[in-house]
Amino acid sequence: MGSPLVSREVERRIEELEIPWGPFGVDPYGVSKKHLAVGFSMVEPLYRHYFSVKVLGADNVPPRGRGMLVGNHSGGIAIDGAMVIASMFFAKNPPRLAQGMVEKFMNRMPFASMLTGKLGQFTGLPEHCIRLLEDERLLMVFPEGARGTAKLYRERYNLVRFGTGFVRLAMRTRTPIIPFAFLGGGAAVPTIHNAVALGRMLGAPYVPITPYGLPVPLPVKLEVEYGEPMMFHGTGAEADTVIEGYVEQVRTSIAGMIERGRVRRESFADQTLKQFRAGSASR
Amino acid sequence: MKILIPGIAGATGRIVAMRLLEAGHEIVGFDRRSWPDAPDGVEMHRGDIRSRPAEDLFRTHQPEAVVHMATVTHLVARSEDRYRINLGGTRAVFEHSRRYGVKHVIFVGRHTYYGAGPESPLYHTEDEPPMAVTSFPELSDLVAADLYAGSALWRMPDMTTTVLRMVYTLGPTGHGTLASFLRGPRVPTILGFDPLYQFMHETDVARAIEAVLRVRVRGVYNVAGPPPVPLAQLVRATGRSTLPMPDFAFRYALGRFGMPRLPAAALNHVKYPVVIDDRAFRRATGYQHEVTEDQAMREYREAFPVLES
Repeated sequence: MGSPLVSREVERRIEELEIPWGPFGVDPYGVSKKHLAVGFSMVEPLYRHYFSVKVLGADNVPPRGRGMLVGNHSGGIAIDGAMVIASMFFAKNPPRLAQGMVEKFMNRMPFASMLTGKLGQFTGLPEHCIRLLEDERLLMVFPEGARGTAKLYRERYNLVRFGTGFVRLAMRTRTPIIPFAFLGGGAAVPTIHNAVALGRMLGAPYVPITPYGLPVPLPVKLEVEYGEPMMFHGTGAEADTVIEGYVEQVRTSIAGMIERGRVRRESFADQTLKQFRAGSASR
Repeated sequence: MKILIPGIAGATGRIVAMRLLEAGHEIVGFDRRSWPDAPDGVEMHRGDIRSRPAEDLFRTHQPEAVVHMATVTHLVARSEDRYRINLGGTRAVFEHSRRYGVKHVIFVGRHTYYGAGPESPLYHTEDEPPMAVTSFPELSDLVAADLYAGSALWRMPDMTTTVLRMVYTLGPTGHGTLASFLRGPRVPTILGFDPLYQFMHETDVARAIEAVLRVRVRGVYNVAGPPPVPLAQLVRATGRSTLPMPDFAFRYALGRFGMPRLPAAALNHVKYPVVIDDRAFRRATGYQHEVTEDQAMREYREAFPVLES
């Protein structure tokens, strides 16, 4: 390595990842050491300074072996996923590579297809999910799916319907679920409308529109909180009613963390506002 | 044991024959092509597998095993020939084998059976359906031959049938789909895509077939060598350089400017990977590949160097 694009710390952390690299710095899935190094170096200033991401409970994620990070979508573009991946890389010692399940349309787009794969982010197929978990990888899942990224600003603390497939796959592969809450994405990308027609022209499901036009994220402080791991025993072939009960437990855990985070953020905002008003009144 | 090899005169067929000969087997070869310098100990016959002389060979030699390697791809034959050779030929091999008491038939097929596409998973397992039929219609005769061979498992239960789905070969013979694709100094790729390619050295193909003959395992198996390599890396390591073109330009250039005349569906195989899981085969036979990805690429590069202009 030693590339000017790669930070010293990223370089060191890449070496600490427990990934079986082949002779060309590529793992059996095509994840590339070089691409990860450049990718994390580019994300690092966003993670540390622009969004100054606060991470709580990173120790709840197992240091090695299979695990499924399950959380809420927050922000119309993939900053939530990118920052969760960054938090596992920068805030965990030794670092871990979180591997997301990407929307299918991405694999049809030139460059997006290539880069997601080289960064370990594969198309969301059950086959990929099972294989990566059986290979003791750390998976990142957003059970709200595209329904969740389409949340508007006023819906930013809401959870939409969860898919149930993730619980079945976790049970089938005997994988602990680590629920997480992501806060601030809705304020960073304050979506007022989702432009479906524009999205279709670009090959994506929609493009989020903000009061200032393009979905460029604002420098809002983001937070990720990881909760206690949850283990559901069974084969994964249980009746829907059983599975839905487990999904609800995960959803409740995430909703609780979001609510506590919202209170924390709003009281912080109130205090800041009071201080600001007090300051301007005394002038 | 006496082994009949239809398709022996192909580059891989020869290597398989030599290895089996060295292992002490008696080899009878059959092919439309000749093998002029075939070693002593290989009894060569020329002709069409669906002809009467081919049936005579089964009758007079009574081979114990048949390694069926006489299938062709769209790269070397027109469609009507392909159907005749791949389906008619495979049918003849299985019917003669049953009639004349062959104990074990090995069908050497291809991993492209699974097809390449944006929604196809990495690491296909044997239980997956053949997506190549829809994504790449020019492969449908090979897919049909694979499934037909597999049907012998229940149609001809007294005989052991093994269907192998093998990855591309790469090595000093320079034969095969991948080796041909890499032949020129500039290898056309599609801008913004860099799929994994999985290949095995020709001697590992022979090693895998020898392992199947030894344990006489029945069923359908994926067979691979070392872990897959990204196309751009593969091109560099074989001493070539990539010529990335946008999708539409690649499509337009096919059959022009010295580019091979590939069907448009072949594009998916340059954009998306076909990667297989061969753990079941390794467990069943004890096979292990010996040639690394690095060595296979180096041997190809040394056998087919790019001449500096």
